[in-house]
Amino acid sequence: MCVGIPGQIIAILDEAQHLASVDFAGTRRAINIRCILDPPNTAPDCIGDWVLVHVGFAIHRINENEARRTLALLEEMEAGAMEGTPLAAGKTP
Amino acid sequence: MKFVDEFRDPAKAQALIKRIHAQAKNLPPGRDQPLQIMEVCGGHTHSIFRYGLQALLPDALELVHGPGCPVCVLPMDRVDAAVSLAEQDGIILATFGDAMRVPGSGGSLLQAKARGADIRMVYSPLDALQLARDHPDHTVVFFALGFETTMPATALTLLQAEAENQSNFRVLCQHITIIPTLRALLDMPGLALDAFIGPGHVSAIIGTTPYAFISDDYGKPVVVAGFEPLDILHSLSMLLEQFVDGRCEVENQYQRVVAEGGNTAAQQAMHAAFVPRPRSQWRGLGEIAESGVMLHPRLRRFDAEPLCITSGHSPPDPAATYCGNVLTGRSKPQQCPLFGSACTPENPVGALMVSSEGACAAVYQYRNSDTTA
Repeated sequence: MCVGIPGQIIAILDEAQHLASVDFAGTRRAINIRCILDPPNTAPDCIGDWVLVHVGFAIHRINENEARRTLALLEEMEAGAMEGTPLAAGKTP
Repeated sequence: MKFVDEFRDPAKAQALIKRIHAQAKNLPPGRDQPLQIMEVCGGHTHSIFRYGLQALLPDALELVHGPGCPVCVLPMDRVDAAVSLAEQDGIILATFGDAMRVPGSGGSLLQAKARGADIRMVYSPLDALQLARDHPDHTVVFFALGFETTMPATALTLLQAEAENQSNFRVLCQHITIIPTLRALLDMPGLALDAFIGPGHVSAIIGTTPYAFISDDYGKPVVVAGFEPLDILHSLSMLLEQFVDGRCEVENQYQRVVAEGGNTAAQQAMHAAFVPRPRSQWRGLGEIAESGVMLHPRLRRFDAEPLCITSGHSPPDPAATYCGNVLTGRSKPQQCPLFGSACTPENPVGALMVSSEGACAAVYQYRNSDTTA
């Protein structure tokens, strides 16, 4: 029940009702984005953002920089493991 | 899919597994038992089985499947309450698909639907509100359940109903909260847990700060994790690193989604719509104080409780003891005498066999794979 799906905000459907069209790998659905509207950001400012969607609501904006940082860290570990020094990599910043 | 495929990369998974094995060899000496690590959330349980992660881990590390599956802890009398509403003329009951097959004392919602009750499966509470708009001559009751992940959705839907004055919309509230539950679990006698993988999407709402008592007061580390296989392996490696270093902290592996303070807008919506319920019943765990919420007194006119016709005394749950032992890590699903015989996903006796996030259903579904968990 707690599984969330990442999707990208494509358009605002109804600003008063906080409804946006979110694309999930080609499928689009109306999603409530109230929880990711942090002033002064308005709904149109969210177009293009990636969000995690759960039961029709975007519960969080996905931070692309943090995603890249985690992947970079895992890449470091992968390189370390290839060199046979699996404990060399540091912990998550 | 972006933010999914990258976190399933086999080469990185291999590197993490190698790292975990090396870390396990460096654990402080003196332990004769494997480290018991509980993944709190049913979503993690599902991923662990789906990707067969336990079989890839060293023997020094054992995963215990926790109570974080709202369907699995849904008590019988709440299913009975929902059935009693659905069977009344003029009521449409709407709920998530997961809740449909949970056995009540007089059967499940799905069985009530087969008997003719008007029960609709919805994806979102907003769909239930739309049903209310579309059926002004009916009362539409949304049977709301879930942890803090689904709670803001119900809260915002209630606030929307309030703004529209949608008088034929009601909520049967069975939302529960994770922190009192973890505290109750930690206080159980004989519980042998060493560390926790924290629930990623609950934490997106509540943040990581509320877990501090687990490391500070109970001396057990927590790493909040995402749901892809790399997320889970990475979080296990971070936990092992804490043991190797002799640290005990709350760490966040799921930085791309979870902020330390959680989601403020979601928290505000929850505070506007709900107040703590003095006590809540959990299937398999018993009663836990302040572990659930009910509608804010301001929203009383949307509360479905007064419409329920139940005796309040449902017969005892036949599987409660066994389910409780599995939920607290005291026994494995396969050790239950009902597992796979009297209790199967087709005919669940205990709620852990219902949802794909339930430990028993996960073990049953993947029992012929190499997974040994």
